[in-house]
Amino acid sequence: MIDKIAGLVNADPRLVRRGRFVDTTFMIAIDDAPTLLRVQEGRVTKVTQGPFITPDYSFCLRASRSVWEKFWQPLPPLGYTDIFALVKQKLMRVEGNLHPFMANLLYFKDVIAAPRREIKR
Amino acid sequence: MNPRFEPITGRYLHLDLLGKAHRLYVEEAGQGIPLLCLHTAGSDARQFRGVLNDARVTQNFRVIAFDMPWHGKSSPPAGWQDADYQLTSRDYVRMILEVADALELDRPVAMGCSIGGRIVLHLAHEHPQRFRALVGLESAAYTDAYYDLAWLNRPDVHGGMVCAGVISGLVAPVAPDTERWETLWHYMQSGPGVFKGDLHFYMLDGDIRDRVDQIDTNRCPLFLLTGEYDYSCTSEGTLDIARRTGAPATIMQGLGHFPMSEDPEKFITYLLPVLEKIRAL
Repeated sequence: MIDKIAGLVNADPRLVRRGRFVDTTFMIAIDDAPTLLRVQEGRVTKVTQGPFITPDYSFCLRASRSVWEKFWQPLPPLGYTDIFALVKQKLMRVEGNLHPFMANLLYFKDVIAAPRREIKR
Repeated sequence: MNPRFEPITGRYLHLDLLGKAHRLYVEEAGQGIPLLCLHTAGSDARQFRGVLNDARVTQNFRVIAFDMPWHGKSSPPAGWQDADYQLTSRDYVRMILEVADALELDRPVAMGCSIGGRIVLHLAHEHPQRFRALVGLESAAYTDAYYDLAWLNRPDVHGGMVCAGVISGLVAPVAPDTERWETLWHYMQSGPGVFKGDLHFYMLDGDIRDRVDQIDTNRCPLFLLTGEYDYSCTSEGTLDIARRTGAPATIMQGLGHFPMSEDPEKFITYLLPVLEKIRAL
């Protein structure tokens, strides 16, 4: 699922435009498996699967595989539709330097939810 | 060709609120039982556009929606620049009563959403004799903070964008796109620190868990409507109030935290039966 994000984001000019000031690397952790996603000017330019010894990233979204699988369904079940819904239920942790994430929240929410669109096709 | 106006009238009301002069923007439409609408935190009365424009509502109800001070077209009071805005239960209750008095409303129905859904619980508890009925949209007695509110007002983060980003997931995923993005737009237009100031009430000062059992719905009927996708004021939170007060509650399918704004047509199908019950009181 996570490997689809770059293609889906980069093929969406409206989303790339929304993130045109974003320049960061962030992490998605599924159970204990981390992946780093490099974002430059709204495009996901590099996706690197872990494990890492000294990963360098701004923020990380961490949840179990079953949570991510529900979150990425085209129409997620109640309680799994949004990152903050998961955070509130303590099913997801958002850690690290949150500034790039919060300053570009509408962008990152759609980047992270991009796999929902892949399943729809 | 005649200009195509909606039946909504917007005017500025001059009144003293909490001891300060205010110029309050008030919209209304319809005639009959006064229905005073209270918008969500960090937004404004435009959220009730669908209700104000629906003839099935306005044929029997005088729908009134005002922008709270600091919100929409109601500016903050003189001297606002010298203090942080922070909404409290006491001020919010007084504001509603003073607006109702200034408009000379006789036992109106008050219908509020989110912070408005919370404050109707306070009204039910403290001032049941002042209202014909109360309608809580997305009512919960308390909501935990689930992010650091400091992000909502700091110079290195665009306030409008972060406020819209924070609430975007509270709109039901099945909501129509136009209404979803208009709902977000209202948040993007909010003044700096206003949403955060409202959340002081929502997540801290307005906690009414210890008084819900004292609400007497025989003195003032209370109706509860909550969208199934609302994870802020959850269905469980609403049903808990219903269980403790005897108020009828409906969980609205396919709606989230902003029912009147994110999908007005769907919301009104849930609202009309409640209004019929109020008419029959």
